[in-house]
Amino acid sequence: MVCRIYEAVVSINHPIAPFVGVIEKGLKISLIGTLAMLIEAPGDFDMVQQGRVWALADALSTWPNVQEAVVGVTNVMLVFDEPPEEISALSASIVELWHRLPSRKADGKVIEIPVIYGGEHGFDLPAVATRAGLSEREVIRIHSEGEYTVCAVASSPGFGYLHGLDPRIQMPRKSVPSLNMRAGSVTIGGMQTGIAALSSPNGWNAIGWAAVTMFDSRSDQPSLMAPGDRVKFRIDRIEL
Amino acid sequence: MIEILTSHAFNTIQDLGRTGARRFGVSTSGAMDPVALAAGNAILGNDAGAASIEVQTFPFRLRFHADVAFAVTGADYDATLAARTIPPWWCARARAGDILAIGSPKRGARVYLTFEGGIDLPVVLGSRSTHVRAGFGGLEGRALREGDMVPVSRSTREAGGRFDFGVEPANVAIAGSSPSEDGVLHVRVMRAGEYDLFSTSVQELFWSTRWKISFQSDRGGYRLAGPKLTLAAPAEMRSHGVVAGVVQVPPAGEPIVQMSDANTAGGYPKIAAVIQADLWRLGQARPGSFIVFSEVDYREAVAAMTPVDDYIARLRATSELYRSL
Repeated sequence: MVCRIYEAVVSINHPIAPFVGVIEKGLKISLIGTLAMLIEAPGDFDMVQQGRVWALADALSTWPNVQEAVVGVTNVMLVFDEPPEEISALSASIVELWHRLPSRKADGKVIEIPVIYGGEHGFDLPAVATRAGLSEREVIRIHSEGEYTVCAVASSPGFGYLHGLDPRIQMPRKSVPSLNMRAGSVTIGGMQTGIAALSSPNGWNAIGWAAVTMFDSRSDQPSLMAPGDRVKFRIDRIEL
Repeated sequence: MIEILTSHAFNTIQDLGRTGARRFGVSTSGAMDPVALAAGNAILGNDAGAASIEVQTFPFRLRFHADVAFAVTGADYDATLAARTIPPWWCARARAGDILAIGSPKRGARVYLTFEGGIDLPVVLGSRSTHVRAGFGGLEGRALREGDMVPVSRSTREAGGRFDFGVEPANVAIAGSSPSEDGVLHVRVMRAGEYDLFSTSVQELFWSTRWKISFQSDRGGYRLAGPKLTLAAPAEMRSHGVVAGVVQVPPAGEPIVQMSDANTAGGYPKIAAVIQADLWRLGQARPGSFIVFSEVDYREAVAAMTPVDDYIARLRATSELYRSL
């Protein structure tokens, strides 16, 4: 068996990748041009790894020259004010920090979302039920009993990537997006669930609707959700 | 105040973009050609980040409701102020009632109208740029239309400075900026995270192809038509942050360059990223035109910004001098 302890750690996407060090498991660090750096955690997705990413993003966002640290799904992208002087040294410091920082728990606020399941805006509920081999009420029960964690806020203003969807009601995204899905639509996309933040074309499956404002551009904290928050869906009404 | 008389579609208020709000899912927006915007502001003595009108559909007409100095930069257009020709990359002082008309550019895609003192609209999350998809920033979060009144800040400077001169356009002043004689724009890129996942022959295809910017291209991104860049095995990618200039390759193999209005997140393999020093040139490339990529390393990419920064600094200094003459 080949032990991969010594795999190259930091692969800077440079013709000649500067070799930074030898660490037990490769954190992948790559540049996106001169003003952005993507740091990807190794291994499968899990919430411990995601918690380490949150902790890393929290810490890095206070570093000089870091305009912001953008959390993704088991990764974080740094955006710089200026191109960093020493990419290798910076990468090494990040790797060192990664191995030192404890994982952050999903210790954010709890957001309760009252949902009108089914009905006019939950038009994909029958398809989700059919695929799951369950009744629509069962799908609603499973979805509303789940506990979800906001992994990241991305893609559109205020849109939270929620983890924790019961595998029984997972449903692939549509190949042809619904043309105008209303903001507030409660959706299932693959193994994730979410709440549409904008009225726009959307490839996720709508199972309900909630009267929540996910994003307010006038606020200093414009997004209702933040990484590490927990979300609970509550049945407001069922329209079948 | 400025009154919009003719604006067909997609013309918006833009500044250098909204930084620091990606973590809320907010894309940066901002001028597609930030160098033309910065040049206009430098000529007028404005802050570099003062907001402009980005014009990308023509003809475009506006009426000044007060005396105000303005500059027109970006694409090579035919413009008139009160029926007098305004050459490209020019600044002038308009009188109340004057009409500025801009015709279709002969070269380039986007014209920037900057005004002394800057456009006076609310700053939303650190920027005046219009975020059309989310409907905020700029003027009511939407594209301009006939009848709109756009407020301009009162300049802090004394009126009477000289405003009737032109400057050397960025694509002339900054070496290597113009499309080569065959009309192909050379764009420098750095490799990105998944470059090595592509086979050697696909990598070679990426460098050797004359890519056509497809007509399904806009401020969000440019789709490139050409050979398919396919992976031997599909790469499992998790959603992650991206920035303008990243070249992503969806499973169908057609590369997409993300531009100013791009989503904050991506999940496709990234083969390359357009360097900052060339992104503005790409912002002036039209659908239907051709580009080729060439590779630079990190140090070269950083160094390539020096002539751009020097150019803006030079414009600011010489314009300052000119106005005071």
